Amino acid sequence: MCLGVPGKIVDIYEASGLKMGRVDFGGVTKEACLEYVPDIQVGEYTVIHVGFAISRLSEADAQETLALLREVGAFEEELGAPNEIT
Amino acid sequence: MITLQCPLPLRDYPNIVMGHGGGGKLSHDLVQHLFAPAFDNALLAPLNDQAVFAVEGARLAFTTDSFVVKPIFFPGSDIGALAVNGTVNDLAMSGARPIYLSAGFILEEGFALDDLTRVVYSMAEAAKRAGVQIITGDTKVVEEGHGDGIYINTAGIGIAPNGVNIAAANARAGDAIILSGAIGLHGIAILSQREGLRFDSEIVSDCAPLHDLVAAMLAVTQDIHTLRDPTRGGIASALNEIAEAAKIGIEIDERAIAVPRDVASACEMLGLDPFYVANEGKLIAFAPSEIAPRVVAALRAHPLGRDAAIIGRAVTAHPGMVVARTSIGATRVVDMMIGEQLPRIC
Amino acid sequence: MKSLDAYRDEVQVRAVFDQLARVITREWTLMEVCGGQTHSIMRFGIDQLLPKQIDLVHGPGCPVCVTPLELIDKALVIAARPNVIFTSFGDMLRVPGSTTDLFQVKARGGDVRILYSPLDALRIARDNPSKQVVFFGVGFETTAPANGMAVFQAKREALKNFSMLVSHVRVPPAITALMSDPANRVQAFLAAGHVCAVMGYWEYEPLAAQFRVPMIVTGFEPLDIANGILAAVRQLEQGRVEVENAYPRAVTREGNQPAQALIAQVFEVCDRKWRGIGEIPQSGWRLRDEFREYDAEQRFDVGSLHVNESPLCISGLVLQGRKKPNECVAFGKQCTPAKPLGATMVSSEGACAAYYRYARHTFAVVG
Repeated sequence: MCLGVPGKIVDIYEASGLKMGRVDFGGVTKEACLEYVPDIQVGEYTVIHVGFAISRLSEADAQETLALLREVGAFEEELGAPNEIT
Repeated sequence: MITLQCPLPLRDYPNIVMGHGGGGKLSHDLVQHLFAPAFDNALLAPLNDQAVFAVEGARLAFTTDSFVVKPIFFPGSDIGALAVNGTVNDLAMSGARPIYLSAGFILEEGFALDDLTRVVYSMAEAAKRAGVQIITGDTKVVEEGHGDGIYINTAGIGIAPNGVNIAAANARAGDAIILSGAIGLHGIAILSQREGLRFDSEIVSDCAPLHDLVAAMLAVTQDIHTLRDPTRGGIASALNEIAEAAKIGIEIDERAIAVPRDVASACEMLGLDPFYVANEGKLIAFAPSEIAPRVVAALRAHPLGRDAAIIGRAVTAHPGMVVARTSIGATRVVDMMIGEQLPRIC
Repeated sequence: MKSLDAYRDEVQVRAVFDQLARVITREWTLMEVCGGQTHSIMRFGIDQLLPKQIDLVHGPGCPVCVTPLELIDKALVIAARPNVIFTSFGDMLRVPGSTTDLFQVKARGGDVRILYSPLDALRIARDNPSKQVVFFGVGFETTAPANGMAVFQAKREALKNFSMLVSHVRVPPAITALMSDPANRVQAFLAAGHVCAVMGYWEYEPLAAQFRVPMIVTGFEPLDIANGILAAVRQLEQGRVEVENAYPRAVTREGNQPAQALIAQVFEVCDRKWRGIGEIPQSGWRLRDEFREYDAEQRFDVGSLHVNESPLCISGLVLQGRKKPNECVAFGKQCTPAKPLGATMVSSEGACAAYYRYARHTFAVVG
């Protein structure tokens, strides 16, 4: 129901009395409202939904999830050859 | 007596909506159920992007296209260059060498002459680059409020080489499907300027003439079955049209399709699928699989085809349907676009 | 931070499903609540990789699908007015009302605009003081902080020409309604990650206990969903019933407190109708009295509307996870994304549209 896209804060400023910022979504930047992540700093990651940061992304948690998966993946690697489309 | 019968699928839409010009299912319905039966003739019937016919021994390709892009100047190009390249490409997709273009201008009262000058010189430059001449034209002015500054129509004539027979219906099961480069650049460059969705990026339109790429392929083999430039509606709509016209199934591998990182990011941000985003400088080719690698090599030797790759193949299964192998190794149907692609935000 | 590609990798996803295959011993029915997850599942073909014992049913979490028909019809009436700029998220434009949709209203001259953020509607209101600017404020808890902020800010700026047509719904009462239904088959939930990013997941703990149903807070990428399913099946196989967070990079138990504070300030809980399902007690949010002047339903008298739902459409049963889209007689025949009978065929997050768009090669259409 809720498209949320991770992005990196590249600038923080105020507009019309709201805490706003520019968010980099991997080569594309757009303005977002940062009122709901009051402590966020430039360089940190957030989830953006309809122009609002709704959550601060925890890099440690992201890395941990992926690290666990890499371990699982390591001995499954031989399964990785893409099959033919049937 | 002629009775006007509104064809069934159009009845759901008593008025024209934007999707009727979007290059997807609605455009397709309009052509299939209104224009094709009304104008009914053998040259129109295959519904290719151009008609090819013989005149005193020479095979000519003929096409027309109108340009209503907003904004008229956008990252990487403008409406003028687009009007030239769009028509050059429609001719090239029959294998023809474009030679002459016409230019019709519909201008809105109040449109700045400076802007018109910019557009016209851009057209002149694009024509020079494509090796075509604009040899006839027309100008009309409409009252203020009745147009977006400028609309351009271009028609074009090209010479189709003998022995080459390229059409959507000619694609065959077993053909390899070749894509000439990365997708989504033009549509996302336009979208980045759109009111309400505006964003910053370095994405520029891929607007370019493709007839040199076509000539490079034909130099390898005359046995190219089908060519399409996936403009409005993106590669998804182009592949669906081919699947339907040739009564073949199509299988593509998502991982073989180049999507630039920033295009992918913009699509993520807006909830769009890059397969449905417009291109103005890419082509899709269907060729026998045994010569496909040589065709790809010829494309790669050209600057506009550097990222060319085989992205899939035509099959006998599921005729009329395009199926993609996804990044996780499952499959999904790639449907024709319905109306306009809407940002999926919620 | 890793790019999204890492979460869409075949080797990684298959590794999780291999583990799943080793853990599972019997059949289980799981529901993903969120339409965004339904979209992901069909878009990537995640369902094709699942062990046969898992029946994944699709929940009601698509705001576009559950917005009541009456409200869509009201939107259409307001959008057609000459002095109105009607603004909306893109998804809502194709949703069929009783007789037409917002695209058709636009085609007949209505000023209908697609926006990325509700704050953009405020800018349009500032720039067009002689027009009434209306924003179609649909959504679940995830969108409430954004829509709420637009109304809050309009009041702060004393903008007189802005209002919002509000259709906000809440997940927990919907889960209560689903689980209380005698026909319910759901044995575990994948809870919607972005709803929980805002609200946290403490609200789900009493629900999990009451209905003896595991709930896994789950993200939206293929790997996230695979992990959510694995966690759910582990709990089911081990007889555990817990609320578990499989999306810790974005979700905490408490959720986003500043966002919750603003929601509480602007909205109050109310009963709300869900399209295809009916009224669910306490399942909606409406503007509080202090903000009522920004309610488009108050500002525009739209009179009484006669609404008309297709008799063939079973979207209500689909939204409750009781039928699969392809079990509908109209699916793919009278009802396609180009000509939808119900909202679940319209929204790209709707289960019917997702089935039609991505998966109709994998099953035979009934009827």
